[in-house]
Amino acid sequence: MSSFIQWIDERFPLTKVWNEHLAQYYAPKNFNFWYFFGSLAMLVLVNQIVTGVWLTMNYKPDANLAFASVEYIMRDVNWGWLVRYLHSTGASAFFIVIYLHMFRGLIYGSYRKPRELLWIIGVIIYLAMMATAFFGYLLPWGQMSYWGAQVIVNLFSAIPVIGDDLSVWIRGDYVISDATLNRFFAFHYLLPFILAALVFIHIVALHKVGSNNPDGIEIKKGPKGNRWSDTAPADGIPFHPYYTVKDIVGVAGFLIVFLGIVFFVPEMGGRFLEHPNFEPANPLKTPPHIAPVWYFTPFYAMLRAVPSFAGTQVWGVLVMGASIVILFFLPWLDKSPVKSIRYKGMISKVMITLFVIDFLVLGYLGMLPATPGRTLVAQIGTVFYFLFFLAMPIYSKIEKTKPVPERVTQ
Amino acid sequence: MKKLFVILSLVLLPLAGFANEGEVELESANIDLTDHAAMQRGAKYFVNYCQGCHTLKYFRYERMQDFGLTKEQIKENLLFDKTKKLGALMDNNMPSEEAAKWFGTAPPDLTLTARRREGGADWIYTYLKSFYKDESRPFGVNNVVFPNVGMPHVLMELQGVQEAVVETDEHGNKHIKELKLVKPGKLSPEEYDQVAKDLATFLTHVAEPMKLQRQRIGFWVMLFLFVFFVVSFMLKKEYWKDVH
Repeated sequence: MSSFIQWIDERFPLTKVWNEHLAQYYAPKNFNFWYFFGSLAMLVLVNQIVTGVWLTMNYKPDANLAFASVEYIMRDVNWGWLVRYLHSTGASAFFIVIYLHMFRGLIYGSYRKPRELLWIIGVIIYLAMMATAFFGYLLPWGQMSYWGAQVIVNLFSAIPVIGDDLSVWIRGDYVISDATLNRFFAFHYLLPFILAALVFIHIVALHKVGSNNPDGIEIKKGPKGNRWSDTAPADGIPFHPYYTVKDIVGVAGFLIVFLGIVFFVPEMGGRFLEHPNFEPANPLKTPPHIAPVWYFTPFYAMLRAVPSFAGTQVWGVLVMGASIVILFFLPWLDKSPVKSIRYKGMISKVMITLFVIDFLVLGYLGMLPATPGRTLVAQIGTVFYFLFFLAMPIYSKIEKTKPVPERVTQ
Repeated sequence: MKKLFVILSLVLLPLAGFANEGEVELESANIDLTDHAAMQRGAKYFVNYCQGCHTLKYFRYERMQDFGLTKEQIKENLLFDKTKKLGALMDNNMPSEEAAKWFGTAPPDLTLTARRREGGADWIYTYLKSFYKDESRPFGVNNVVFPNVGMPHVLMELQGVQEAVVETDEHGNKHIKELKLVKPGKLSPEEYDQVAKDLATFLTHVAEPMKLQRQRIGFWVMLFLFVFFVVSFMLKKEYWKDVH
């Protein structure tokens, strides 16, 4: 065995990669609950790719056949229903896991120097994920698939001068049609592999700078020497086996929830599989209420909250775009002398709590038909969403922080 | 604690669905997906009363074996078009373009109605019981659950004729208080309720034939995962003993 490994090592750095990224990658020993979601996100990505490839074996990207082919998978393909539910539930699970992963970064300041690029790659992954989900949602060719895509693609037509041509170019037609379905299918199949490549880059960047931790302390700057190595950080432990066995516990806990949904409530009360999507797409019949799937609704609420101004609707589109773009600047908006929420002042704690509530409220409002009252709440929510980021250079700087300990705490 | 409650309610509220959107309150059909006799009767009513206009175009005749019918029983009693094979989908011969002219809209396929409609079986059950006389409509009937529905009340010979009891509230808005049977049909109200329930049971089964199978498998999957969770937790504890 060892001679075989040696044969490989002379030709490919197998042992070197294993050691650098697992057996001798020293992660802080104080990871808590929030640190499960990175590995879980990778698990869900693999689930999406594997189930997605298998769905493709029976799915037909054709406006006349798509809906029936999904029902064929559900009924006539052996275990097709399971593969399909794993994929549809996986889409929602992916966003839940990623939102919690981003929240972890937010509270522990994992975007701060030297992890700015790590964070930015993460935001790009999030964007790629949203694009993948958007393309994929059209494929079942149900009523909500069709009209949801119609609404989102129409956003581009709000752009002055080129808008109309641009939206026709995206659709390949004047309405969502077979041409749109075909190209969305092509992109939905392509993007996950780009996503996987981005995840690889994300991990390369992570292993260059090292993991942050709930205390926001750089263990590389602390004392050296632990049981495994004299040069490794004293507060670090090898990722393998410590965090690999710990992440297995996380996987088990996650699967209980995830497969609980898959096997017992795959529609999740019409949130993960929406009721109108059990009706085939009908270009002549607009549903009374169109809303995107839950994971897009916070941004959809912001879009609707912005009134048209100077004869154009483009402002809502710009605000929605800005709500994502602003994430890229987060590393430079936080001026606090400390990274972690544990040592930040009261204002930051209150702001992050309000931000979470704000995001959930916007998500809720985005699912509902608009009323004047709801629009007002969404407008306040939108203003606060941006205030959280734009006021951060001020409140993170002026507030009184707690002293950061020398070593990580348990 | 209060904060936790607020956060929890904000998280859970969207998942609860929107029970109250100004829609009609549905009657509980209280169906039982293990009741094979109800599904068999529902299938009988479907092929006799519904299939002339409506299809189940994602459901195959032979799959009715799942609720206890034999191939011969299906062939002799439920498959009217003798040119069709048992593996055929439950289509019909109504041309949808013509049908759209006759009814204003083509009669929808019913395979997924129980999943399409919020309320599922309860929606179907209540819908079938909510036709009432309305001379302003092309077929002389309207429906409380589905206002201005395009179809006639095909089960009228069984149920009889219902009339709406209209009540005016303090704002002067008229709304239907209840439906009153003015001309009895072949069946008693209790017997008709059973017909509606049988159809709801059959259509709910058809919408997701694998539902019971998925729950059965899910039980064993959960059992395995709980054991796996405990074992992996103990493994982690063992490995982490020496981390301080």
